Amino acid sequence: MSSVRVLVGTQKGAFVLTSDGARRDWEVSGPHFGGWEVYHVKGSPIAPDRVWAAQSRGWFGQLVQRSDDGGRTWAPVGNEFLYADGPVTHQWYDGTPHPWEFARVWHLEPSTSDPDLLWAGVEDAGLFRSSDGGTTWEELPGLRNQETGPSWQPGAGGLCLHTILPDADGKRIVVAISAAGVFRSDDGGDSWRPATRGLRSEFLPVPDAEVGHCVHHVARHPDRPDVLFMQKHWDVMRSDDGGWTWREISGDLPTDFGFVVDVHAHEPDTVYVVPITSDSEHYPPEGALRVYRSRTGGDEWEPLTRGLPQRDCYVNVLRDALAVDSLDPCGLYFGTTGGQVYVSADEGDTWSAAVRDLPRVLSVEVQTLP
Amino acid sequence: MIRVVLPAQLRSLSGAGPEVELADGVAPTQRGVLDALEARYPVLRGTIRDPQTERRRPFLRFFAGQEDVSLAGPDAPLPDAVAAGTDPLVVVTAIAGG
Repeated sequence: MSSVRVLVGTQKGAFVLTSDGARRDWEVSGPHFGGWEVYHVKGSPIAPDRVWAAQSRGWFGQLVQRSDDGGRTWAPVGNEFLYADGPVTHQWYDGTPHPWEFARVWHLEPSTSDPDLLWAGVEDAGLFRSSDGGTTWEELPGLRNQETGPSWQPGAGGLCLHTILPDADGKRIVVAISAAGVFRSDDGGDSWRPATRGLRSEFLPVPDAEVGHCVHHVARHPDRPDVLFMQKHWDVMRSDDGGWTWREISGDLPTDFGFVVDVHAHEPDTVYVVPITSDSEHYPPEGALRVYRSRTGGDEWEPLTRGLPQRDCYVNVLRDALAVDSLDPCGLYFGTTGGQVYVSADEGDTWSAAVRDLPRVLSVEVQTLP
Repeated sequence: MIRVVLPAQLRSLSGAGPEVELADGVAPTQRGVLDALEARYPVLRGTIRDPQTERRRPFLRFFAGQEDVSLAGPDAPLPDAVAAGTDPLVVVTAIAGG
């Protein structure tokens, strides 16, 4: 019988939640790396017992841990993220030049074709690649060397590269950076172009500028790489040409601010978001935690509320904290800043908490196991 | 023999005990001590000093007895009491938590 393994990164360690295919009863292990911030934990799609965790702490810098037994035991791998030649400064919040400095790893993206290959998105924004399972890392400097690099400016969370979407052959890669935008490479990461046409951000002096958009997350269905869904700072967006052009699909959402977006495992036009009140009020509207689902690829949305708190709920759901398994019906998982991890085993129709009292959840990923 | 006391977080990370005793022959400087410490516990590489710039991480300080030696250069001699093993070199973390 199939099972699932949910990998949860929190502000004070990592947790591994496991269940059988029913997804009703959960075993929780952890905290792994207790006391450390774990921005992201993700497993290899082709060697699922191989899992990486990005472990950091303001006092001690960045570590990357790898497990080869599904998260039971861990060993540190490489933690040297040295920028290659490229621009030495980006814009600071006040518009002055600021040195490009490594702060932390935000996102780890294992390859779908090679168990030793993975990418890391870091702050200050850069894309790194490891072809030896994380032992060593090299930057793909073409991204920062793209002509707009020195003008990139951080969002409130930092100048972070948080989304990495590589095709199976590794040629096309789409990444997203807050608050620079989306960039796409078609040559394995050697050269890049902004992929932001159609984005509009009213906080910018030029709202439809090529860069400067605070993209919170981008998701796609693996079988349809040209169709991308984006939760921007404000606006939910869709691209049908791999990111070159975008159109708004916020439609009838109660608010189009939010952080997460993801796609149904078997229905490429079924999309999920969690609307958040505003950029100054990082909690759900009316204190009611609602996932919204569109079965039409956007514009028309339905609230999913059964099992979720519908009063007095003021948590947030951060950008990497929503995941979808590939069982049928597919399951959804999201973590909150209040430490709950909610699970739906029926495509979002009903929800329950797998665990309620973890530290602030920074990321959630799920592995569907045979 | 130079002795080093690590903060609790780095002890649990590395598996080191309450006090690390480095072998004779280690240069009695910050750089010498950290090189030897990282060679013995590779997981500590990058945690006390930046791996690229080798600058001490800003929320850490180095003490020899009552003396804060953090701002001495990486190749400045450590106090005699540390070099002789009478006092440990203590890695101290900034307090957090309000």
